[in-house]
This record gives sequence, structure tokens and C-alpha cells, in this order.
Amino acid sequence: MNRALSLRTIVGIALLVALILLPVYVEVTGSRFLLTLFTRIVILAIAAVSLNFILGYGGMMSFGHAAYLGIGGYAVGILAFEGVTSGFVQWPVALLVSALFALVTGALSLRTRGVYFIMITLAFAQMTYYIVAGLARYGGDDGLTIQKRSQFIAPINLSNKVQFYYICLALLCASIYLIWRIVNSRFGLALQGARSNDTRMRAIGFPTYRYKLTGFVIAGTLCGLAGALIANHTDFVSPAMMYWTRSGDLIIMVVLGGMGSTFGPLFGAVALLVLEEVLSGITEYWQIILGPLLLLVVLFARGGIDGLLGKVRQR
Amino acid sequence: MADLLRTESLAKRFGGIVATDDLVLNIANGELHAVIGPNGAGKTTLIAQLSGQLAPDSGRIYFAGNDITAMPMYVRSALGLARSFQITSLFLDLSVLDNVALAVQAHTGHSFHFWHNARREPELRDPARAALARVGLSARADLPASALSHGEHRQLELAMALASKPRMLLLDEPMAGLGPQESARMVATLRDLKKELTILLVEHDMEAVFALADRITVLVYGRVIASGKPGDIRNNAQVRDAYLGEQEAVHA
Amino acid sequence: MTLFIEQCLNGLQFGLLLFLLAAGLTLVFGIMDLVNLAHGSLYMIGAYFAATFAAWTGSFVLGAVLALAATLVVGMAVEVIAMRRLYGRDHLDHVLATFGLILFFDELVRLIWGAGGMSLPLPSWLNTSVRVLPGFDYSAYKLSIIVVSLFVAAFLYFLVMRTRLGMLIRAGASNREMIGALGVNIKLLFTMVFGLGAALAGLAGLMQAPILTVQIGMGENILILAFVITVIGGIGSIRGAFLAAILVGFIDTLGRAYFTDLLRLAFTKETAATAAPALSSMLIYLLMAIVLVLRPEGLFPASSK
Repeated sequence: MNRALSLRTIVGIALLVALILLPVYVEVTGSRFLLTLFTRIVILAIAAVSLNFILGYGGMMSFGHAAYLGIGGYAVGILAFEGVTSGFVQWPVALLVSALFALVTGALSLRTRGVYFIMITLAFAQMTYYIVAGLARYGGDDGLTIQKRSQFIAPINLSNKVQFYYICLALLCASIYLIWRIVNSRFGLALQGARSNDTRMRAIGFPTYRYKLTGFVIAGTLCGLAGALIANHTDFVSPAMMYWTRSGDLIIMVVLGGMGSTFGPLFGAVALLVLEEVLSGITEYWQIILGPLLLLVVLFARGGIDGLLGKVRQR
Repeated sequence: MADLLRTESLAKRFGGIVATDDLVLNIANGELHAVIGPNGAGKTTLIAQLSGQLAPDSGRIYFAGNDITAMPMYVRSALGLARSFQITSLFLDLSVLDNVALAVQAHTGHSFHFWHNARREPELRDPARAALARVGLSARADLPASALSHGEHRQLELAMALASKPRMLLLDEPMAGLGPQESARMVATLRDLKKELTILLVEHDMEAVFALADRITVLVYGRVIASGKPGDIRNNAQVRDAYLGEQEAVHA
Repeated sequence: MTLFIEQCLNGLQFGLLLFLLAAGLTLVFGIMDLVNLAHGSLYMIGAYFAATFAAWTGSFVLGAVLALAATLVVGMAVEVIAMRRLYGRDHLDHVLATFGLILFFDELVRLIWGAGGMSLPLPSWLNTSVRVLPGFDYSAYKLSIIVVSLFVAAFLYFLVMRTRLGMLIRAGASNREMIGALGVNIKLLFTMVFGLGAALAGLAGLMQAPILTVQIGMGENILILAFVITVIGGIGSIRGAFLAAILVGFIDTLGRAYFTDLLRLAFTKETAATAAPALSSMLIYLLMAIVLVLRPEGLFPASSK
């Protein structure tokens, strides 16, 4: 392994630095909407990091990952509606419910493989969508407005947009670091081995099911955190957050950025959402470009942005 | 000497095809026992059942005194029964060293360690390097496994089987597709390993079989038609007709 | 009692519609090993074409026939341009690529037809009731959906079981490599199978248009159900898709009809109204989850067909 930093790592770190400096830029230029946009990007990047963990490293193609965004979001929303606005209660509940959901659905889903796994994760996510849409008390299809953001102790104030942005960014950096450490640990290598060749793993003595399930739960919990954050960001939750096409968006982010790489999910989230913004400025029919673009990426640039950066210097 | 591995009336069918037919096998501790037979004799199916990849329809398998018939693959591996694959089954997108280190990791405690860099653990890396040295692949340790030649893949297969410090190896055609030089090296490695391990060797390469085996069992249509010392097998008329006949003609 | 019969007929009709959609999906998956998320887009296009052509020609039937032909053409074009490059690749690649196609088609439809959706009114001769049983009238149009779907199902059965093409399809479903080795023009076969699937989807789309909807995103909503049916029935199995679709159609329709009443016993009207469709949808997903865990090859797998 080369000791020098690869281009991918340099670009990744540079991007993080740029994100740290963003509020300064916003202050100077007054383009407040950039702060809103990038808060959203940072939060969805956390969700992408969690999906990349099981998809890129673990080889588990979950098409129901948006369910955790919804679960985390609704945990905050429902508790806030019922008068519990303390973040110290809401966020742990969001994480716990996400973990439990991942444990139960993962335990069942992981008994299947390939496209069956895709379908069953999709089905479970749709089930939560329908459950939540059926909860008349919490707005059903129309969604639920959150009157007050998660309350922590002063000086933490999530209603302060800049503060909230930095909190999200800090959580993103922590997530990237945490997943990076896990991926290179014994557990992470076991997971990667299971992705590479599950039969061989079992033949040499790994009970792969329990490791995949653990990874699945970790990813779900992290995405639940992203859900709690996004609920605070939009002050609103609705069943649409977990519709299966949203899971598709997350997968696009992960693939576009580069599956199974450290900074890939960040690249993907930034690329997709910035692309959306730019393209929708050009034409309101921007998805006409995004659709075929995705097809082209799949056919010709499978390694995503990270893959392209990796090719720049041939060793 | 007690048998390390034995089967009782093992049977397996796939629809109308009888792959394993009332198979009785006895492998003594410390011996190298070869299983030969024409194509379609059910040799790979036998290894699959012994290693736990396939469940037999009936019959029992005993290893080191334990009834392992119902045990899943990873438990048998933990008991000391390791196998190599006939069709290369490696972690192609990981490095050669990673491949073997994973095999070591499987037998070094559990893998619920989330923080420390496993690629820097001497407990995992040292035995992996030792196994690679054993089969002569040290120079290729840091390459992705996909970069290796076919012959080197077979060597890597063996290294991985060794990494779990097994008591017994199930080797499924380790010589498959090897040229003369590579075959000779593999035979030398196996001869070396014979001293510390019990080996069940499924092979087509008759030279290697007769050079290495303490005992040979002959399989035809899933059934044992002869079992004994190499000399006896070579002289057995039934075996000649069924199998060795064609081989002898080729060798001559 | 008549209400029950009516709901049963509704369930049958919905089930048959789902069968048309699922049949194409399971064929494509079984023969070409292609996971096509954009199948719902073909369903949507069928509906939009029908609404447009019916308005142009002033005839419902003519519009429907033209729409069917147009969807077939679009399907084959998609196969040649995009799908061909995906064969043999990872299922993940299929999912991603066809997901991209969904985005593309949704926007294309929005570009051409606008965001508002369309309507396809029934001609007067179909907009009546038929006396099915003494004292019980049923919508003539829904009845015709049932009739047409059963006819198509019979045709598919005949095609798959009695013709050379069908033999190739069945062989392909159980062993793809073999049919290539047999010297069959694989490219043409695949294009035709995909086209057939597209036509079936388009037919389903245009038939449901007068009674349900013609709008963007309609494909995504029903696609999941089609996939669920494919999985429950067994991938590659038309018979499985048929039986599973009827089953799902019944569960969904009867569930919606009777869960509302059941729930109203214990909860308020509003709660019951929103929870009932949720419950019946959940039931279907639960069924799929159970099938996947207990019998992953499906209830009526292709190999036994």
C-alpha cells in the first residue's frame, strides 16, 4: 500500500474542509439558501454513509433504507406532537426504534439472497409507509408538522441554522470516521469477506449470518439518526419520506459516489443534490437528464466518482 | 490406530441420479487417503457432504469421534476439518494476504471487534504469512487475488485451508489445471504436509495419487468398489476395468 | 350477499389486471434474468397512449388497439437501446439502470402530456351494467376486463405450452445457457419476449385507465404489487403469476372492503378509513415475506410448469 495520500482521499478531505467553511461563504455572499441546501446534503450524506456500509462493503442491497429516515423522523415528530420535545428522549428513541426495526426485518430478510433480498427489504419499507400513512392521528398521508425542534440544553439551539448545520456536519464527520474504523476492523473484514464470497466464508468457519445482521442493524441505526436530523431540518415529516423511490435515491447517491469507498457516499450526496439544483435551474424536466445519466454511470462508470478519481493516477 | 473420519452408509440423490450410494469410508489418523474414480463418480458430492455444504439423504459422518452429520460448515471447520475447492472459490477482490488472514481470523476468537485495524494484528497476519510461505506464495502477498495465475490460485486455496490449523484436510483436485512444474511443487508441498495432517485427497492425477497415498478408495457411480493399499488397487482387476485401464493406456 | 359477490368480482378483476402486469415481469425475469423496474413505466405509457389515441380517433376500441401497438413498439425500442447491454450483469445494475429509466419516462410523460394527468371516458355502450345474477347488476366494463384478461391468459397458456416460441420460453426459464447453445437467435427471442411483456403491461394500463387513473407515477405504485406477485408465484412461472395475482387481488379488494367495517367496530370512522387500506396492503407484504422465508422459490415455481 502506498503511504502517500491518494487523490480520492485528498478530494474527500478538501470537500469536508469546504463544507466547514461554507457558513463563512454564506455570510459573505448572503445566499442563505445555500446553507439550507447543504444542510440537507450533509444529512443525506449520513444516510448514504450508512447505506454504503451495508451495500458497498457488505454487499447487501437494501431497497428499503429510506424506511429508517422515516422511522427516525417520525420518532421525533410523534414525540414532539405528544409534547415530548427533549432531544435527549427523542433521539435515543429514534435510534432504538430504528435498531429494532433493522433487527427484526434484517433477521428475516437475511435469510434470502440476491433479488429476493431486494424485494423483501422493499416490502418491509413499504409496510412502514402504509402503517404511517394509516395513522390518522399523526397526519396520515398529509404528514405532520413539527412545531418545535429537538430541545437540548443551552447553548445548543437547533433552530439556529448555522449551529444546526455544524452539528450535522460534525455528525457526518463522526459517521465517516466511525464507519471507516469499523470497515477495517475484524468485523469489517468479515463483512467484506461475506460480500466477496459468502460460501467460502462459511466454509472457512464464519457464521456469516450474525455478522451481516449486526452490520444491517448498525446501518439502520445510523440512518435513523439521519431521519431525526432531517425532521428537525424540514420541521415536517410525511410518509413520502419512506416511499420506495426515496430508497432508490439513496442507492443512486451511493453508486454515483462510488460503492465501497470511504468518501464515496459524501461525493454521491453532493453530486446528486447539487446536480438536482443545477439541472432544475436549467429545466424543470431535469430528471430526463438524470435518468439516462444513471444508466450511463451503471454501464460505463460503475465505480462512481470515487472510482474515476482512483483511475487518475495509474500505479 | 483410530479412524479420524468415517462414514456409515452415506447416500445422496439428485432427482433420478444417485450421487452417493451406501458409501462407507474409513480414514485413519495421520494418513493420506486418496479417493479416485471416473468423472461423475460423485467425488465432489462426497466432499460437499463431508464438509457440510450438502446434507446427505441418509447415513452418518463421524469426525474425531463426533457425529457431525447435522453440523453446519462453520462448526465442522472449528472442529478442525478444512476443505479446499475444486473450482477456485476465493475472495478475488481482496489481497492474497487478506484471503489467508480471513481464514486465520475465522479460528482466532470471534469477529465482533469493531475498532482496531485487523490488517495490523500480528495474531492474524503472522500465521497468514506463514501459510503463504508454506505454499510458496510469499512474493505475491499484497496483490489482489484476481491477479494470480490459475496455478497460484490452487496454491492459495491450499494456504487458506492450512490457515485454520486443521487436523484434517479435504482436498478437491488441488492439481486441477496445473502444468508439470506446478504439479511437482504441489506434490512436494503435500508430501510435506502429510507429516502433520490427515488428508483426504480427491484427484485425477494418478502419478500424484500413487506417489502420495497411504491408502486409496475407488468410487464408481457413488459406490466404493475397492479400498486398500496403492499396490493392491493397482492390481485390482475391477478397478482396472472401471478406471485405471484408460489411464494406463494414456500413461504408456 | 350481492355486495360480497360484487367484491369478489372486483377482486377477480383487479387480480386479473395485476396478472397481466406480473406476467410480463415474470417472463422477462425468468428468461432474461432481468429485473426491470421500468415495467411500470410501460403500464403508464399504455394508459397515456390510450387516452390520447381515443381522443384523436373518437373511438375507445381503436384508441386501445393503437395504444397497444405503440406500447409494443416502445417496449422493443427500450430493449434494443438499453436492456441489451444489461443482460448478464449483476441484478444491482439492473435495478439502478431501470430506476434511471423510470425517472426518464416520468419526466418524458410530464414533458409531453403535462403534469395534470388525463382521463379516458368510457363509450356509452360499455358504460352500462349487466345482469349477472337475478337481482344483481355488475359493471359491463369491469366484466369485459375480466373477459379480455381471461382470454389473454388463455392465449398465454396456449403460447407457452403449445407453440415453438413457448417451448423456447419454458426452456429459457429453466436453463438460459442451453437455448443459446441450441442455435436459437437469442437476440430476437429476447426482444420478442420483452415486447410481449411490454404489450401486456400496456394492456393492463389502458384497461384500468377508465376506472382508475392516468397519471404520472401510477407505474411505481402498482409495480411493487407486480413484483410481490412475481415472487409469491415463483419467478418465471406464468401459472404462478396467475394464481398469485388472483390471490393478491382478492386479499387487497376484500381487505379494503371489509377491514373498514371490522375496524369501525373498535375505532372511529376516520381511523378505520385510513387504517383499512394500510392493513390490507400490509397483509400482502406479510404474505410475500412469509413465502420468501418458507418457500423462496415461490408457491408455483417455473420448474414444475
